[in-house]
Amino acid sequence: MVKTIFPLVLEDACVSKKGRLLAGPLTLKLEGFGITILLGPNGSGKTTLLKLMHGLEKPKSGVARWAIPNSIANMKQSFVFQSPIVMRRTVLENMVYPLIIRKVPRKAAFLRAEEWIENVGLRQSIHKDATVLSGGEKQKLAVGRGLITDPDILFLDEPSANLDGASTQAIERLILLAGEKGTSIVMATHDFGQARRLAKDILFMYRGKIHERSPASTFFDTPKTNEALSFIKGDILL
Amino acid sequence: MSDLLAGLVAAFQLVFTLDHDLVEISLRSFQVTGISVFIAAFCGLPFGAWLAVTRFRYRRIAIALLNALMGLPPVVVGLFVYLMLSRSGPFGVLDLLFTPTAMIVAQTIIIAPIIASLSHQALRELWSVYHDLLISMNTTKGQRIKVLLWDGRRALLTAILTGFGRGIGEIGAIMIVGGNIDHLTRVLTTAIALEVGKGDFALALGLGLILIVMAIIVNLSVHILSRTEREGTW
Amino acid sequence: MKLGVYWVSFLICLLNSFPSFAGDMRLAVTTSFHNSGLSEILLPEIKKDLGLTVHLLVVGTGQALKLGRSGDVDALLVHSIKAEEEFVAEGFGTHRREIMYNDFVFVGPENDGAQLSNSKSAAEAFQTILNTRSPFVSRGDDSGTHRKEISLWQSAGTAPKGSWYRATGAGMGTTLNTASAMNAYVFTDRASWLNYEHKGNLKLLFSGDPVLFNQYTYIQVNSDKHKHVKNILAGQLEKWLSGKKAANLISNYKIKGQRLFVPNAKRQN
Repeated sequence: MVKTIFPLVLEDACVSKKGRLLAGPLTLKLEGFGITILLGPNGSGKTTLLKLMHGLEKPKSGVARWAIPNSIANMKQSFVFQSPIVMRRTVLENMVYPLIIRKVPRKAAFLRAEEWIENVGLRQSIHKDATVLSGGEKQKLAVGRGLITDPDILFLDEPSANLDGASTQAIERLILLAGEKGTSIVMATHDFGQARRLAKDILFMYRGKIHERSPASTFFDTPKTNEALSFIKGDILL
Repeated sequence: MSDLLAGLVAAFQLVFTLDHDLVEISLRSFQVTGISVFIAAFCGLPFGAWLAVTRFRYRRIAIALLNALMGLPPVVVGLFVYLMLSRSGPFGVLDLLFTPTAMIVAQTIIIAPIIASLSHQALRELWSVYHDLLISMNTTKGQRIKVLLWDGRRALLTAILTGFGRGIGEIGAIMIVGGNIDHLTRVLTTAIALEVGKGDFALALGLGLILIVMAIIVNLSVHILSRTEREGTW
Repeated sequence: MKLGVYWVSFLICLLNSFPSFAGDMRLAVTTSFHNSGLSEILLPEIKKDLGLTVHLLVVGTGQALKLGRSGDVDALLVHSIKAEEEFVAEGFGTHRREIMYNDFVFVGPENDGAQLSNSKSAAEAFQTILNTRSPFVSRGDDSGTHRKEISLWQSAGTAPKGSWYRATGAGMGTTLNTASAMNAYVFTDRASWLNYEHKGNLKLLFSGDPVLFNQYTYIQVNSDKHKHVKNILAGQLEKWLSGKKAANLISNYKIKGQRLFVPNAKRQN
């Protein structure tokens, strides 16, 4: 009986850097169904929360834990950074890397990598050096690389922040498909049009804390807090 | 000026007649430095990578020390190795003094810090780019070192060639531990020193010219074989 | 990775393709002896007659004695009587065996401003240089030549000091080059002078005083102090160097028509 990594539990978790509180105290229980969007103005702590959940940040105080030990849970997650990080090798070698470190046999790994390069629409660049790709192409590569290991959860930090419409659309398509296949998605964005398009669940962030949590169906029409309302109206939240 | 011309003439004469002694000492030069570079790289590259990705308490001091070791005066290293390998020294029983092996030991000690330090500096930058990604992927330290060494190979090649350059022109250490014995431990640089000491500048210059040209050929071949400056942005 | 290992093994094999036979030994000789070129004549004959390969370490006298003390060589051929006697007295050498001698000479600028060529003795020559404070280049490297020079200054009752006295700390060839460049006087062995290519404006100005005698001595390193030294081979070489054939080769050795060394090994009974 394979235990699931969920739920992810945060209890009064605080993240500080050099004495300054970046985010927290944060209390959250993530069951792992569907697409959860972290929404909020810049500087509200979305990136910090994402990294905290994924384990890239450690809480200064409080707790952040999965249902199973980290050593196993860590292998079932993927993270897509706001500015895509690609390795200085070909697109194919980038795509196959997560499988190689999981000791997947080479032949099978490369086949799967080619499949995913097809999925994300990078067939024509398969043997190109990944560093010469455009921003949108790099991000597609990053998303594919994140999904190739069939993770239980995919974190994305404002993946289409610097991308054009076509790339954004392509990325969102991939995310939706992954979500349908059962991968839990947690994504940060400050673009609430995007949030509207994708979200099942909204975590509205403000000043480093989770200000409001609502299902998407109710959040946009009837937000529970004033700050959320201002944000949706398009005001600058201070 | 006449010395320079005479040197040029001497160089051509030696090369075109494939002078036996010249071939012997040239081969030995490249063997000694070649093997030293190989061993130094074998130890230095992974160490440089490890240093780039590992955090520990005295890291800054270690890095500063490593950089300082690059400036080890070769003749001092030679003296140290001599004392170690001398019959009156701790490792005298190995009977390694005045052999090419002793020269390799000395050169490896000189070259290793250079390769380690340069590779560390190059891979440090690469690590700052890969840092978040490789941690997110839950890689082990060994996997991280492998990735850095492979993706950073162009810069590492420069480090290795720098080490080679330092070694092929080195004389202080190998003179002391090798003894410049004819047909045994004489190499290009020690032969040059010998001729300078004898006052035969023309021959010394000729040998020096040959040394430089051979070093250039080595560098060029390495670059051609590894196809640098050809593809991609690297 | 595998390729690298193969390469290294190959290179190491090439290097070690000079196996160390029982029939080879190490002899520390001075730069002035090596500069004379006599070893090129003697070594092949030694190989022929004794089947012995002599590895020459060409170093200064000081370093030669140090190597002898450490047991890193099997025998020495040096020319510094006081240091040699000390070496034997301390037990590092078994005995001194005189083999041959050449002489030291004074060399200086053609115009000879200090009128060195008029000297009647070596002591006078040194005095002249001191009095005129003429530029003088010294080996300054504790070699046999340097020690001889110092002992002669001492017996002339003077100690050279001042900006006119320049120590190079280098071999004879380099020192001669420096003297030529500085238009200075220099004390050198005749062999190095005859072999020296760049005479420029330098000329031989004074020689012949018996104190300028330069005795070359062979000393076996004492195997009591260092068990591993090849004392049998060193002994064979000593016998050969003191023998008739060596004496002939030595006296017939000429540079530019001039004889360089005079063999003076006493026959062993």
